[in-house]
Amino acid sequence: MKTAVPPKWLSDSALDHLRAAADAPDLSATRYVLVDKLGQGGMSSVYRVEDTILGRRVALKVIGFADASGELAARLLHEAKVIARLEHPGIVPVHDVGTLPDGRLFYTMKLVRGQRLDQRVAKFGGLPERLRIFQRICEAVSFAHAHGVLHRDLKPQNVMVGPFGEVLVMDWGLSKLLCGTNAAMAEKSHPSALLAAQTPATGTSDGTILGTPGYMAPEQARGDVASLDQRVDIYSLGEVLKFLLESAFRDPIPKALTAICGKASAAEPQQRYDSAQELASDVAHYLDGLPVQAYPEGPFARLWRWSGKNSAWLLLILAYVLMRALLILWRIR
Amino acid sequence: MQDEINLGGNGNFPATRWSLIVAARSGQTEERERALNALIAAYWKPVYKYIRLRWRKDNEQAQDLTQEFFTRLLEKDFLESYDPSRARLRTFLRVCVDRLVMNEEKAARRLKRGGDIQISLDFESAEGELQQIEIPSPETMDNFFAREWLRSVFSLALERLRHECESRGKQIHFRLLELYDIDEGGKELTYEQVAGQFGLKPSDVTNYLSYARREFRRIVLAQLREMTASDDEFRREARAVLGLDVP
Repeated sequence: MKTAVPPKWLSDSALDHLRAAADAPDLSATRYVLVDKLGQGGMSSVYRVEDTILGRRVALKVIGFADASGELAARLLHEAKVIARLEHPGIVPVHDVGTLPDGRLFYTMKLVRGQRLDQRVAKFGGLPERLRIFQRICEAVSFAHAHGVLHRDLKPQNVMVGPFGEVLVMDWGLSKLLCGTNAAMAEKSHPSALLAAQTPATGTSDGTILGTPGYMAPEQARGDVASLDQRVDIYSLGEVLKFLLESAFRDPIPKALTAICGKASAAEPQQRYDSAQELASDVAHYLDGLPVQAYPEGPFARLWRWSGKNSAWLLLILAYVLMRALLILWRIR
Repeated sequence: MQDEINLGGNGNFPATRWSLIVAARSGQTEERERALNALIAAYWKPVYKYIRLRWRKDNEQAQDLTQEFFTRLLEKDFLESYDPSRARLRTFLRVCVDRLVMNEEKAARRLKRGGDIQISLDFESAEGELQQIEIPSPETMDNFFAREWLRSVFSLALERLRHECESRGKQIHFRLLELYDIDEGGKELTYEQVAGQFGLKPSDVTNYLSYARREFRRIVLAQLREMTASDDEFRREARAVLGLDVP
């Protein structure tokens, strides 16, 4: 038995070049020209490309390879369709979707200039700035929920913060359409529907665990897919808030904020906020010095919070009382 | 747009032959021999180099052990015990190599070369290649084996691409791939310079190179598909080969 002719020796540098060449998207005969690679996940990569028709740069996300089942491509297409449905300033818009000459599915989206929340967090100013960023995340998630979409992988790494403080929730690859919503029904009735029937990853069946440990709700970690609702994202939002607070405070975190985190990330879904809007509203109350739903106050705590909120008025009143007292004393003498 | 989107699956994925593992286990002699030959072609150099460096065997001992290993692969059907759900094929083979060498050391006797089968392997070239690489530390031997396996897979894919390009009259396409992705110094050349050198238009250089890279990628993935036993193993190997594994 004989083997084939010995193949050519490849240096380590040639190996790396060939690997990069094999991985790079084949953009020939498309409107895009490759600029550089922005990042990669386990199954897909994101590149900065030039749109030669519109003369602008966009981000192109492409699957690493076409698998035999078509599952990876279906997952990416699902993601593109979900994002396209969600037209919101806090969600990156999709421009185009298609198949490259090498058979891989891709979509292009707005090129986000900014940093991931986990990388940017050290540059934030005080607590109010952090809480306002968090409110914007809640707004985007709340919008998605209103359209029947669960994100299911909310974490600081999936939030981008732009140079002017704009917030974008990214990576909807694990998103799920809620059953019974208009979005889910439209998806089902559409002839090109890709969910459930074709894609175990997007139409996840019971027992499939997708998400990030540490940010994943207990019911999600159990793979209890059928019972998931918007509160699975509320849990993750609670963890994101905790991340923002823990990186902000050297001293103990204010009790009201700890209570908000605790309520959002409660182990039982019934004990969490019902909606992202409700969570954002509680944070807004804290910022405005109002009582928060998650933290029932005693009279002393209420007085303390009230005095903190109205410190300027209190000082004026105290000054007035002091002056009156001094005036009275002076008259008596 | 929707109609143009191809999700891969049966329609898009390159048509591949029978998985080598299934074929190597089959009772059909011709199919089995083809499969084992392909496995040997992909694995013999990594195995030889691994034995030389991991087990610190001299040239002759490593040749004997490599011969012995692949002879057993041919004769003893030990692929029967391979379970794709437990490990990748390359991990399984590496463990088998370790076991073979340990048994040989334990027995402390010279290995008897297997039966009438003599596999023709170009040990001289493998030895020459060993001289060109940095000797890995003992704790990185697994990575070394994986790297050598990648080298072997890419080398075989290039050979296949070369033959295909020649048979289609596309030698320049292959030469451009060599120039830009393999040869030292070629990467610094602009498309205009290369176009002048080959008597092409610069846009042709782009298109030819895209073709060669696309075909190279297709062949690599087709090889991986052949050398893996399940979709899951294929995905893991494809991620490793394309460098998609997140550290």
